[in-house]
Amino acid sequence: MTALAPPGAPGAGEPIQGTAGGAGVDRTFRGIAVAAGLLVLAILALIAYTTTTKAWPAFTHQGISFVTGRNWNPNTNSFGALDFIYGTLLTATIALVLAVPASLGIALFITELAPRRLSNAVTYVVDMLAAIPSVVYGYWALAVLVSPATNFYSNIANSLGRVPGLSSLFGGSARGASFMTAGVILAIMIVPIITSLSREALITVSQDDKNGAIAMGATRIEMLRVAVFPRVRSGLIAAAMLGLGRAMGETIAVALIIGSSPKITSHLFRSGDTMASVIVHQFPEAVDIHRAALIGLGVVLFAITIAVNVAARAIANRSVLVGNAR
Amino acid sequence: MTVVDTPAPPESEDPAGWILEQAISPRRRFFNGVASAWMIGSLLFALVPVVIIVVYVVSKGAGIVNFGFLTKDIPIVTQNPGGGIGPAIVGTLIITGMAALMAIPLGVLGAVYLNEYGGQNRVAKVIRFMADVMTGVPSIVMGLFIATIWVSSGMHFGYSGLAGSLALAALMLPIVIRSSEEMLKLVPDDLRQASDALGARRWRTVTSVVIPAALPGIVSGAMLAVARAAGETAPLLFTIGVTTGINANPFHGTNTTLSQEIWFNAQTPFAAAKDRAWGAALTLILIVFVFTVVARVVSNRFSTVRR
Repeated sequence: MTALAPPGAPGAGEPIQGTAGGAGVDRTFRGIAVAAGLLVLAILALIAYTTTTKAWPAFTHQGISFVTGRNWNPNTNSFGALDFIYGTLLTATIALVLAVPASLGIALFITELAPRRLSNAVTYVVDMLAAIPSVVYGYWALAVLVSPATNFYSNIANSLGRVPGLSSLFGGSARGASFMTAGVILAIMIVPIITSLSREALITVSQDDKNGAIAMGATRIEMLRVAVFPRVRSGLIAAAMLGLGRAMGETIAVALIIGSSPKITSHLFRSGDTMASVIVHQFPEAVDIHRAALIGLGVVLFAITIAVNVAARAIANRSVLVGNAR
Repeated sequence: MTVVDTPAPPESEDPAGWILEQAISPRRRFFNGVASAWMIGSLLFALVPVVIIVVYVVSKGAGIVNFGFLTKDIPIVTQNPGGGIGPAIVGTLIITGMAALMAIPLGVLGAVYLNEYGGQNRVAKVIRFMADVMTGVPSIVMGLFIATIWVSSGMHFGYSGLAGSLALAALMLPIVIRSSEEMLKLVPDDLRQASDALGARRWRTVTSVVIPAALPGIVSGAMLAVARAAGETAPLLFTIGVTTGINANPFHGTNTTLSQEIWFNAQTPFAAAKDRAWGAALTLILIVFVFTVVARVVSNRFSTVRR
């Protein structure tokens, strides 16, 4: 054992000779840790590779009409998925329109309005919302929401259906199992993630900036408008986009309440279908090219959600960098 | 996660409130009121669904869940009354447990790489970014992935609990990595330097100083990931198959979970099946809430120790 190290020599991770565990252990440990980190990249690459390979027969069979065609019929080997893509985008959009104002309101309540004790309680309730499993949301909505919703939607359709402009959204015949019901449930399901990410963005604004606005005689909303919102705009956009990604990938709850009838319509009270819900309903019985086509839907869904997430994370990271640079 | 907080203003005074005691225009007063009403009203959007859904599931499930229900086999003919969900409880615990055994050690190691070795180098930045992105991969895509690479094509291992665990582990991994990294970040550098000064090698510093210091936070993050995985349905539908009897062997044979039983039974028109689904829903919610509450308690204890 060397009692004294040469001055300045052993920096972090360059230990004195003779301590327990040799350099080999150190190198092995580091190697394992690096491998565990790289596993993330490996899994993402493997997902892209295996699903695309397995979906390839359907892609070559159907060509570009896989994403532009509207006829999905496994019996005739027609796999045009546009109706499902539309359904995914429409339900996610409804969810976002409902969830963003609510989530931002909750996040502002937690950060600006409520005393500490109350805001902890609210955070806890929002966490519980995230803890309820998707299948429970779906089953509850199927059992409780869907049949009264038919009447409720019909009443709305009767009143709003006569208003020009709104009639294309809310008019026409109404069904409980519809885009709208799915969108509402998705909205409830994505409130927790949008709320917590908005909250993380909001707490980065320094109290000094807020106090400055208050000292100038701003009311709370004016303070938010001049001192807070401009600072956190990109963080809030990222939060909403991550919520959008979550809504598009959500499967089980939507599959139970969307009505499973492929359609492209602006009427929100009609039954529809989404990519995820088609996959989950048809995959167990699918064989050969039908199976490939469903995996192909998974590839499209994967590509869209990855794109949304990459964009959102890039925006969020940029906002953090800007925040740190200040 | 609860550690970072802006210092609360003194409880009694509200800095943004004093202006309202002054003579300000009705318009400004009105808009401020609207904003406050919006924030408070938004709470209903979170509060009402939680209360309604939990109360409904409890009221539907309470009459169904009893010892027999929790332990008996699932009836082979779903419309028949009686039977229970024992195999689904066993399946949920085993499949989620296996997933945790895979995802938590790997996730913590990944976090160790990011925080202790990688830091801000390019590889670490890419991994960090892609781990964030990976948390957004839809769970059904994970199911398709394992189905194509492991179950029916690719390696042709067939349905098993393990296949479901792999899909859940892939979902949990990025969550564990990112939450563990946040916790490792909170460990003061002084501790690492003290360990280095004693001549410990990096692996020993990490395993006997850094990780123990961050352990409660890591456990809390991992429990939340477990809670999320325990409630998942979509990744299991194509990977574990179906069974009506207890299968405690995750490596062989088909299996089932509470979430899957709810999914199947919810879509049947039979009263007995629907009741069974409510009982399963209550059981599942209880299991998930236990994990969530334990995570909360652990993380609260952590933050009080730190203060």
